[in-house]
Amino acid sequence: MADNSTAIKTKNHESYLDYKGKHSGLLGWILSTDHKRIAILYLVVISAWFLIGVVIGFLIRLELLTPGGTIVGAQTYNAFFTVHGIIMLFLFVIPGIPAIFGNFFLPIMIGAKDVAFPRLNLLTWYLYVIGGAFVIIAIFLPGGAPDSGWTFYIPYSIRTSTNMIITLSATFILGFSSILTGLNFIVTIHRMRAPGMGWFKMPLFPWALYATGWIQVIVTPIIGITLLLVIVERVFGVGLFDPSLGGDPILYQHLFWIYSHPAVYIMAVPAMGVITEIITVYSHRTIFGYKAIAYSSLAIALLGSLVWGHHMFSSGMSDTANFVFSLLTFLVAIPSAIKVFNWTATLYKGSIELEPPMLYALAFIFLFTIGGLTGIMQGTLSLDIHLTDTTFIVGHFHYIIFGTAGFGLFGGLYHWFPKMFGRTYNKKLAKVGFWILFTGFNILYFPMFVMGWLGMPRRSYDYLPEYQSYQVISTVGSWILILGLILIVYSFIKALRSGERTTEKNYCGGETLEWKVETPPIHENFYEIPIVTGGPYEYKQNELEPEGVN
Amino acid sequence: MIAQATNFAQSVDNTFLIIVGISVFFLVLITTLLITFVIKYSKKRNPKATNIPGNTKLEIIWTVIPTLIVLYIFWLGWTDYKVLATPPKDSMVITATASMWRWKFTYPNGKQADTLYVPVNKDIKIKLISTDVDHSFYVPAFRIKKDALPNINNSTWFNAEKLGTYTLFCAEYCGLNHATMRSEVKVVTKDKFNNWLSSK
Repeated sequence: MADNSTAIKTKNHESYLDYKGKHSGLLGWILSTDHKRIAILYLVVISAWFLIGVVIGFLIRLELLTPGGTIVGAQTYNAFFTVHGIIMLFLFVIPGIPAIFGNFFLPIMIGAKDVAFPRLNLLTWYLYVIGGAFVIIAIFLPGGAPDSGWTFYIPYSIRTSTNMIITLSATFILGFSSILTGLNFIVTIHRMRAPGMGWFKMPLFPWALYATGWIQVIVTPIIGITLLLVIVERVFGVGLFDPSLGGDPILYQHLFWIYSHPAVYIMAVPAMGVITEIITVYSHRTIFGYKAIAYSSLAIALLGSLVWGHHMFSSGMSDTANFVFSLLTFLVAIPSAIKVFNWTATLYKGSIELEPPMLYALAFIFLFTIGGLTGIMQGTLSLDIHLTDTTFIVGHFHYIIFGTAGFGLFGGLYHWFPKMFGRTYNKKLAKVGFWILFTGFNILYFPMFVMGWLGMPRRSYDYLPEYQSYQVISTVGSWILILGLILIVYSFIKALRSGERTTEKNYCGGETLEWKVETPPIHENFYEIPIVTGGPYEYKQNELEPEGVN
Repeated sequence: MIAQATNFAQSVDNTFLIIVGISVFFLVLITTLLITFVIKYSKKRNPKATNIPGNTKLEIIWTVIPTLIVLYIFWLGWTDYKVLATPPKDSMVITATASMWRWKFTYPNGKQADTLYVPVNKDIKIKLISTDVDHSFYVPAFRIKKDALPNINNSTWFNAEKLGTYTLFCAEYCGLNHATMRSEVKVVTKDKFNNWLSSK
């Protein structure tokens, strides 16, 4: 897609991993404004948080093995699910794919040397680390770990004596990290595309990041301000949300979900972008319905910002509000369905290689379909009245969030790992890890649908004996899932330490610009800024009867 | 299986079964296509791909059909919900007071109880009050749930058609003992209920 016509000569020809700038050693990393190094910084810290979140998730499942106390008391359990939610959402999946792969590959895929604001980019990582430090402080300070649930519903979060203010400050700071990343990507995509790369010659991962960027910039300030208001209420006793001070608890729920529902799309849309790239590469053919996929990302971003009320069908909102929010919720299912159909159609008459990234992409479609269809059940007003606040919703959002953002992240990491680190990984090990993870995932989360339909409330330390068989199956699933994760993490660590070195630019037959740069990429990505002449996924050489070589 | 103790529960379950049917159809369709394509067009069997950039007719079909289906499902949910949202005028009103971490039920004659006794085949409206934080009144066998929030006047209603004892949960997380904030709904005959109501 790119000619070698000249534009701007870049100075340095060294790999970004070996590049020596003003600083060296650790400082060369934590003071680097290179988007690729910042991506690796994010990868390291996000992975650490993910593993902590997994351990807490494991403990939650272990506690639920039997009714009543199994390993901890109720207070500790409540802190577990609160901290698990805060870590997994604010410190893992929300930054996740944009901060790691967005940072690393967005500039490369659009033919730029870096993002528009490299220093701001580094600042987001510091904000992220500081926000994370606040979470650690909130867990260990004497007041006790937060126990309000990650939703911080008022009045409980005003009344609890645990470390709420620090927790809220943490999410406030993390929000800024997210806003600035989104802003940076939007400007980068508008201003820094290579010559010739019109909007519809841009690959679909940047398209997904573009849609995500707008959600981040538009809705994240709302949660920031809301949490600030909660702090004001707690510290100064100004009545905003707390009824005992004359406030309105439903107002809080609205403001919270105006951000936190679109946040689901901040997690899912970039992952959709990743697997779009994976599917076309390993099918070795052009993407089916390029524009449909690009526009559906924007449609999801737009409609997804208008459906927050579906978290509140039982809260006592007016019937009109319930009517409108339910209807809009169903509409957001349509662009999601369009994506699934286009991905599936891309496999048609492809030449498919079942490499590890492709397994993750296929699993993504399967899990996302289950998550989406159970989402339709919950968008249905009469059903949601029964299902909301049960384990059904817990199963649903793990299918959606883990199934998309998690599987997208692992799939993307296998896909781009050799490009990022110049080392190959053991494919057999990766595949075994995948199958164990996938099996464990379904055994862990599917029983939650059944239990939820049978009326098992979520966030419950104790439960009636009739639910125990499902709880036990789910807990066994968590062990299998964690075994899979251990193998996956081991496969990456092994690849980093002793994986075979590779400098092959295009090891998977991809056509977007990251497959035209060095492996690993040089400091400024390109020797010469490419000039783009064709679409991102032409795959002409793969055709049955080649029409000419590009 | 979960008990179906109200008319409402039956219509909710019918809607649920319709959606489960549609969902299973689409899940099986997508999964079958994925597996078939992966096998049929594997690199071994199909070393050269065919580029198909898209098909407008297909895009329209798979936009319009899901749209019609979701609008139909939306309507099913809304019509059921409408019933739940409009309590009959002559309902008997019982006030449910939620506090950390117990339920208290107050009857028109002033009688109070920890267990919700109701007569069978009678429209019952539950007024929901919270004295502290957010709670939620949830009876799975009736398929009803409504939040009890401080300073907010919420209510729900039901008409239990089957005698029996059903679990009542708090469904909105409310702190330390949220999980054990349970009670029971005892659906009894009219005579039994009247005796109970007039007894001390």
